Amino acid sequence: MRIRRTSAALAGASALALTLASCGTAEVGGGGNGGDSGNGDTITIGVKYDQPGLGLLEGNKPVGFDVDVATYIAGELGYSPDQIEWTEAASANRETFLQQGTVDMIVATYSITDERKNVVDFAGPYYIAQQDIIVSADNTDIQGPEDLEGKVLCSASGSRSANNIVDSEENGGLGIGAELREAGNYSECMELLANGTVDAVTTDNTILAGFAAQNPDAYRMVNNPFGEEKYGVGLPKGSTEMCEKVNEAITKMWEEGKALEFLEAAFGETGFEYATEQPPLEGCA
Amino acid sequence: MSAQQVLFDIPGPKARIRHAVYTVLTLVGFFVVLAIIYLGFNRSLGEGAPPLFSAEAWAVNPNGQWAAVRWQPFIDPATWTDYVIPGLLNTLTAALWAAVLALVFGLVFGIARLSDHAWIRIPAGAVVEFFRGIPLLMLIFFAMALPLAVNQVRPLLGLPPLQPGTFQVSALAAVVIGLTLYNGSVLAEVFRAGINAVPKGQSEAAYSLGMNKVQVMWWILIPQAVRSMMPAIVAQLVILLKDTALGYIIAFPELLRSFSLIGTRYGNVIPAALICAVIYIAINISLSRLAIWLEKRNARSSKGGTKGTALPTTAASGTFGAPGSTT
Amino acid sequence: MEAFFTNIDKVIDGFSWTVRLALFSALFSFILGVILTAMRVSPIGLLRGVSTVYVETVRNSPLTLVLLFCGLGLNSALGLSLADSVAWDVFWWAVIGLSAYTACFVSETLRSGINTIPVGQAEAARSLGLTFTQILRLIIIPQALRTVIGPLGSVLIALIKNTTVASVAGLGVQEASRQMKLMFDQGIAPVLPTFVGFAIGFLVLTLPVGYFFSWLSKRMAVVR
Repeated sequence: MRIRRTSAALAGASALALTLASCGTAEVGGGGNGGDSGNGDTITIGVKYDQPGLGLLEGNKPVGFDVDVATYIAGELGYSPDQIEWTEAASANRETFLQQGTVDMIVATYSITDERKNVVDFAGPYYIAQQDIIVSADNTDIQGPEDLEGKVLCSASGSRSANNIVDSEENGGLGIGAELREAGNYSECMELLANGTVDAVTTDNTILAGFAAQNPDAYRMVNNPFGEEKYGVGLPKGSTEMCEKVNEAITKMWEEGKALEFLEAAFGETGFEYATEQPPLEGCA
Repeated sequence: MSAQQVLFDIPGPKARIRHAVYTVLTLVGFFVVLAIIYLGFNRSLGEGAPPLFSAEAWAVNPNGQWAAVRWQPFIDPATWTDYVIPGLLNTLTAALWAAVLALVFGLVFGIARLSDHAWIRIPAGAVVEFFRGIPLLMLIFFAMALPLAVNQVRPLLGLPPLQPGTFQVSALAAVVIGLTLYNGSVLAEVFRAGINAVPKGQSEAAYSLGMNKVQVMWWILIPQAVRSMMPAIVAQLVILLKDTALGYIIAFPELLRSFSLIGTRYGNVIPAALICAVIYIAINISLSRLAIWLEKRNARSSKGGTKGTALPTTAASGTFGAPGSTT
Repeated sequence: MEAFFTNIDKVIDGFSWTVRLALFSALFSFILGVILTAMRVSPIGLLRGVSTVYVETVRNSPLTLVLLFCGLGLNSALGLSLADSVAWDVFWWAVIGLSAYTACFVSETLRSGINTIPVGQAEAARSLGLTFTQILRLIIIPQALRTVIGPLGSVLIALIKNTTVASVAGLGVQEASRQMKLMFDQGIAPVLPTFVGFAIGFLVLTLPVGYFFSWLSKRMAVVR
């Protein structure tokens, strides 16, 4: 008798847990087949919430270059801006979100890499960023990655940018002997930089420009970019058809001059010299 | 014993002077620490800073943490309605879900560990000991990676991988699963201790009235156990609420994460963290007060009742009713 | 399990930080906890107040915030550095944060231990002419410690598990859970065996502590 009660309670608890685990699935359009027409459906797009200039939560909705691009692409797919549901896609959960179907699309400084292509599909790139370094305004001796030898470099949890500098050459890095200090995100990195705890912060120049714009007198962009980060639109694995449509939208966005408009809106006041040409599309797998 | 009155004699003239000296020294030390924190956050310490006793060092530095511009966002009501209140609601949602599920989990496993059947007792014990022994953060990471794990296991069983969207663990679910398993195991031990602590005579009397095992458990043991363990249960729930802050790490938009986003938007990470701490402390102190009040009420109403039980009265502090409960 | 063992060097490295964090924090939090308790029962009102406010404040803050304050506040904003290399600097700040937090629980435990000591013990000590510090050192603390060995074991277990929080919160100590997350994220090891491996690692640390302390508390129990 007691056993039966126990197992009944257990079943109840696990049912509750399951309901909970599937929370949030209800409103998400199914995987890669959403987006044929704006038939009252919604589209869920993952963007960054914590990157000024690219995707920053201002009040109750995100703003920035990535957000503008995502809105444009969604528009071309037939979704009006109020049919878009924004979700925060942090670096650590982007793949998981696409694999799980939590989001239909991710536009969040998401670099196209072979490693990631194994698990997700990419449309684009819609922009090619380069890695750069930012230091405090009174620092003059750091002019490029090679000057970071023996310096302390901030690395944000879940980001590989700092590893690009310290990893050995056979692992695809520059093999420069800098010490890493890990912070939770890039705003914590900027705080550490402002306090002089780290000597430099390195990541995509777009991201750095956004942060520098928040306090232009305190920081200096080294402006010695290296490598390339091809920002793609992340899609669930196997959404070739969707990918083609997104690629068309990206090309149209550049041809209409919208892309430059978005870049100007995001970085116009920062002095950051953004790229003005459409990067070549990679084609869908 | 009530320590204060018993541990020392009423001070005489010499002792009073000595105490006065110690008081002054403590005050001085306290203010020195405050000053260091003030100056440090004001960026007026260390190299290149103005001399310590100049007005410049003590004036609010526009580049320091006390600069008005860093605190202004918190005067704006939009900061509260857009960030803080949604964050707080998410924190409370996660805490509430986890609290309910952990209580169910705890009750089920607490009773299962007291079962007469070894095949129930032993696995239940193993489950409780397992989840009590590993860090909550690992449980949350694991819950988050569950869909990945399922897709890695399915091919081994000859099954195709799941379609995207069929099984997903949201950040909320990951936090709730982690909190439930961990706090549920701790609560299982609390319930077990509470049931064990009900005097033997209670269940013997109930059996002699012809009640069966389930009736004795449900009508006699559990009500008394829950009442006597109430402070420990509430204390564990305070810990659970505090632990929702770990959701910050997996981008669950709870209170700490909201403040992190405020810090990013306005470049005021440290002021945001300080205000966040004040909110947490206020909530948790009120809950701890509730625990103490519950215990006092309990102690009053059960005078001469369940005397001499092995209940941990240590929960006065609201914390050590349960083993391993201090995450 | 293969992938887990091919990365065993990372696992061992992670757990070596975990163990160091736990050992040093246990030591410092115990010392600080005893001091806080002594302050809490001292004849000087201000010391009692300072101890109470400290314990109530820190105990009720999430550990994440305490460590964030150590990492971003004390270490970074105040520019206080404890070691030359970054890895050891953040390590010592994590130890300070964990000790400051855990000391509150040690103090609360000890105080509840003091409450179990019969009043006659202190009265007898005072009538022998012992001073406050002598009473604490010779009569009260030794007995209180014996009665709270079990709960202190729980505090130690919680501390071992709490070391995982030092991997985040502005410090980024590369301890075991951080290594596990990295292995998940980089996909270099399957999730399930990796999790089980790390879980066993933590159980190896926590379970014996639990059994040892409950054995010790039975052995040392004060018979009254």
